[in-house]
Amino acid sequence: MNAPLDAGTTLAGSTLVGPVLRVSDLVKSYGGPTILNGVSFEAYAGVSLAVIGANGSGKSTLLKCLIRLTDPTSGRIEILGHEVISLASRALRRFRSRIGVVWQKHNLVPRLSALSNVLHGVQSRLSGPRSWWQWAATDAVRAEALACLARVGLDDKALQRVDSLSGGQQQRVAIARMLMQRPEIILADEPDASLDPQSGEDVMRLLSDLARQDGLTLIVISHRLEHTLQFSDRIIGLAGGLITMDVATQQADPIKLRRFFDKPTE
Amino acid sequence: MTPSLARSAPPPRFQHRSLAEYVGIIVVLALVITSVVNTAPPLDTLQRGAARLFAPSGFLMQMFPPDFTHVDRIFWKLLETLQMAVAGAALGLICAVPFAILATDRLSPHPLIKTAARGCIAFFRTVPDLVWAIFFIIVVGLGPAAGVLALMIDKIGFAGRFFAEAMEEADTGPQDALRAIGASRMGIIFSAVFPACLPSFTATSLFALEKSVRGSAALGLVGAGGIGVDLKVAFDLFNYDEALTIILMMLILVVGVEQGSSWIRRKLI
Ligand SMILES: Nc1ncnc2c1ncn2[C@@H]1O[C@H](COP(=O)(O)OP(=O)(O)OP(=O)(O)O)[C@@H](O)[C@H]1O
Ligand SMILES: [Mg+2]
Repeated sequence: MNAPLDAGTTLAGSTLVGPVLRVSDLVKSYGGPTILNGVSFEAYAGVSLAVIGANGSGKSTLLKCLIRLTDPTSGRIEILGHEVISLASRALRRFRSRIGVVWQKHNLVPRLSALSNVLHGVQSRLSGPRSWWQWAATDAVRAEALACLARVGLDDKALQRVDSLSGGQQQRVAIARMLMQRPEIILADEPDASLDPQSGEDVMRLLSDLARQDGLTLIVISHRLEHTLQFSDRIIGLAGGLITMDVATQQADPIKLRRFFDKPTE
Repeated sequence: MTPSLARSAPPPRFQHRSLAEYVGIIVVLALVITSVVNTAPPLDTLQRGAARLFAPSGFLMQMFPPDFTHVDRIFWKLLETLQMAVAGAALGLICAVPFAILATDRLSPHPLIKTAARGCIAFFRTVPDLVWAIFFIIVVGLGPAAGVLALMIDKIGFAGRFFAEAMEEADTGPQDALRAIGASRMGIIFSAVFPACLPSFTATSLFALEKSVRGSAALGLVGAGGIGVDLKVAFDLFNYDEALTIILMMLILVVGVEQGSSWIRRKLI
């Protein structure tokens, strides 16, 4: 572990320690127009950071750049002491294993049980047949997976196939899989988007509670203004390929925020 | 009918065709006619053949009634044929999986390897299993082993293609999600790809078994083991009534396997 950047995980919210994540002058284009044109921001340990912006403003692109699911055109990304852009494949895999991601789509394997799906999270640390299916796993790993399911309130559904669960439950299984990874930072790309309002709010609250309990940094994209206000400590707004707003949530002006949402929020 | 429609002239029956289209039609017609003339039997040959076939002492009459005296020996030979089919299908299906993985866009380690794997699968599929059987008789000698190898190669070609297609079509979301947390390629294949493809893999495997059973009956004709040898001997010795017995029992086996496999497929879907 590199001391300077991640020493502060236990000092939740403290700005006295360095940031766990620092993005400088990030530029990204997919070949056509420039999507991100010099994005810079920082995130501190234990702080929940919301990213807002209109449709197509590049929020998802930004998140993907952070773990190199797409390669940035230029710029600098430092996360947990890693120079993310220069990581080679093996080091990149090890880096990714420390970052939990929750997507808009739950991306679970539909024909497998909730427990097997949660267990897959262990593949960030372990490989081999014992990380593939719940029935082949060691007792310790099974117990940990069950504990993760319990944290999202679904331990009673452990052996149920995930395609028989509701949308909200599926998203919670995906969150449990992310916990199984023992992440140090959580990235979430509109985890509430494909859910009904109530389930969406439950999922956002669950994520923010889990991050607070474990002192994790949470970077979350949401398209609902009230979720952004309720579940974040800081808000950054993306427009025209730049961060045009960076405020503490308590000081945020809802009128100004609203400009970053193109649809009126329900 | 609306007035405007009534006033306009009816459309022409045939659309105007270009010269290229006429040339195309003529070429196709010429191809069909020359092929039929050159290879299909002339009518009088057909007539004479039919007369011989149905004559009182003819081939068809000699087949009836079927001769069941060696039915137990035929039964054991048929069992050996089925075992060849099962062994060939099982080995072929197992070997088809790695070929299919290497032939899949998202899972292949390198585009060159992907192209090579696809080439192999296409080659295995294109060469008929009887030709593979002759090849393996040269390699391992006469007998069931050559037949099993021939069936295996044929099944790699058949199942490799369908396995690869199933894996291409599998939802990429779960695979990407596992890749994003640093899972290994093997981990992604076994925990996300295979579970998603299981129904289609099973259906393909059952089709492969059916194809293998149908194929195995003919392999003996070239000496690669199974009931085909007995059929050939029966024909060579003019034991047409025993040949009919063999054909009938093969029919029962093939239909039985087909029925069983389609029953399992229905249960699974
Ligand atoms: N793989 C890709 N190839 C080419 N262009 C892409 C790709 N992914 C995204 N884009 C483009 O980049 C721009 C930003 O997309 P992105 O998904 O990052 O926006 P977003 O802010 O997440 O939008 P939304 O609110 O709809 O999720 C869009 O114009 C999109 O068309
Ligand atoms: Mg998006």
